[in-house]
Amino acid sequence: MTDENIKQAIIGIINDINPDEDTSNINPAERLRDQLDLDSMDFLDIVMELRKRYGVHVPDTDYEHLASLDSCVAYLRDKMADKELVS
Amino acid sequence: MSHYDAIIIGAGMSGLGAGIRLAMFDKRVVVLERHYVWGGLNSFYQFQGHQFDVGLHAMTNYAPRGAKGLPLTRLLKQLRIRWDELDLHQQGHSAVSFPGTKLKFSNDFELLRGEVAAAFPDQIDGFDALVKAVREFNELDLDAPTQNARTIVESHISHPMLVDMIFCPLMFYGSARENDMDWDQFVVMFKSIFFEGFARPQQGVRHILKLLIDRYRRSGGELRMKTGVKRILMDGARATGVELDSGETLTAETVLSSAGLVETGRMCGQEPGAQATGKLSFTETINVLDKPARDLGIDETIIFFSNTERFNYAQPAGLCDTTSGVICMPGNFDLPEQPKDHLVRITNIANFDRWNALERDGEDSPYNRAKREWYTRSSDDVLAHIPDFRASTTLVDMFTPRTIRHYTGHEGGAVYGSPIKKRTGASGIEGLYIIGTDQGFLGIIGAMLSGISMANRWVLQRDGATVETT
Repeated sequence: MTDENIKQAIIGIINDINPDEDTSNINPAERLRDQLDLDSMDFLDIVMELRKRYGVHVPDTDYEHLASLDSCVAYLRDKMADKELVS
Repeated sequence: MSHYDAIIIGAGMSGLGAGIRLAMFDKRVVVLERHYVWGGLNSFYQFQGHQFDVGLHAMTNYAPRGAKGLPLTRLLKQLRIRWDELDLHQQGHSAVSFPGTKLKFSNDFELLRGEVAAAFPDQIDGFDALVKAVREFNELDLDAPTQNARTIVESHISHPMLVDMIFCPLMFYGSARENDMDWDQFVVMFKSIFFEGFARPQQGVRHILKLLIDRYRRSGGELRMKTGVKRILMDGARATGVELDSGETLTAETVLSSAGLVETGRMCGQEPGAQATGKLSFTETINVLDKPARDLGIDETIIFFSNTERFNYAQPAGLCDTTSGVICMPGNFDLPEQPKDHLVRITNIANFDRWNALERDGEDSPYNRAKREWYTRSSDDVLAHIPDFRASTTLVDMFTPRTIRHYTGHEGGAVYGSPIKKRTGASGIEGLYIIGTDQGFLGIIGAMLSGISMANRWVLQRDGATVETT
């Protein structure tokens, strides 16, 4: 999976969690929480969906690495290298 | 014998909310419902060809589409339901009506603030201070110590009637305690009614339940109706499953019970403590009118009233206390089409034991005679607050504390369950958690969020922790 795919995977999950949210203009360097209506319950869902869709385990001590799209990419690059994007 | 990740007792709002969360993440989950309809306290029934809701007057916690950080939005995300699908329509305005004073409120908080400032000019600073305290309190911190709301409210507001006018709607829509509330519950109710406000789907509670049931089934959850739980199975101090009324046993890693604290305890063979059973139950009369309530000059959506300056939210000694109550006009929501039935619903506090003791057989039984008598008294006692509607009434049905017990299974017909709440869900028994009314989140949205957050806390997050260590 490319870095761009990883971003798409995260955005795809966010779109499923909140279809009423506009995710078309997310700044990848900025914290997701500051741009979108995401609380700790939603981060739990992002983690659960990563596991369900990609078999990737994110322990709760590592949630901080999911703060922005860029940090997601850095953290997930190795874990998701051999995965296919699920639409 | 079937084994599940989770067994959920009760297909009400909380049980379905929890069920959806677990099914969504591929847990093996079954929801068990004793009744033949779902919904629990928020259910529905047919009477002489009319469709009536039980419980639901209004959905509290209204939030416009995309509103950030509010309970409704949080709920929609957790259940993956789009805002549109709820089909919500807001109230016009409602009121709290006490002798000589009426405070209107709507989904715009400024209306209430202005009404308080006009009727109680020397109290508005205290009111603002109370509002600030409510705003700043984090009701989602489930581990915070419990405080009494009345002490806090009276520290800001010195006019006793205004104190009671603020408590009146909050108590009627969610308090299991007589004449006081836990502060965190007060905050939940204050925000959900006064900050956020009322709305309802065109089709009432049926619509919400249908969404939940569909969502649950699509996620792969199993639902068993007419399936009562006889007892919860234990292995030492740990819950391991349930035995059904039929004698069948089901085992599970986790049991989530929305049956109520006292009722769940009994399933584990525990006798409830003296203070554990809730005392507050209601009667409700449903009047079908020959014209919309507005045509009779009734403009409010909901009126919370007391005919005395001090509001007494307590179990009456007699069958009912008709000197206070709630009057709901479902047709006065801003609905796209006027509902088929023009209804006025009147709720009063009632005494379960008194109603339960009445012989019910026959049209002229003491139970049915009591219903007719208290219908008349209840109707008379609302006339200080709405124009006389009685000549327009074409059909009446009335439900009593016995009906509430039938739908909710709550001992004593206790609408809002036990005065003791288990905010973290921990029941004292490993593997068994309390969801719904007795966990302590209130209202329809609160009930769903209760099931959701307990499923998250005790199953999904715990699951994450297990993965971490392996």
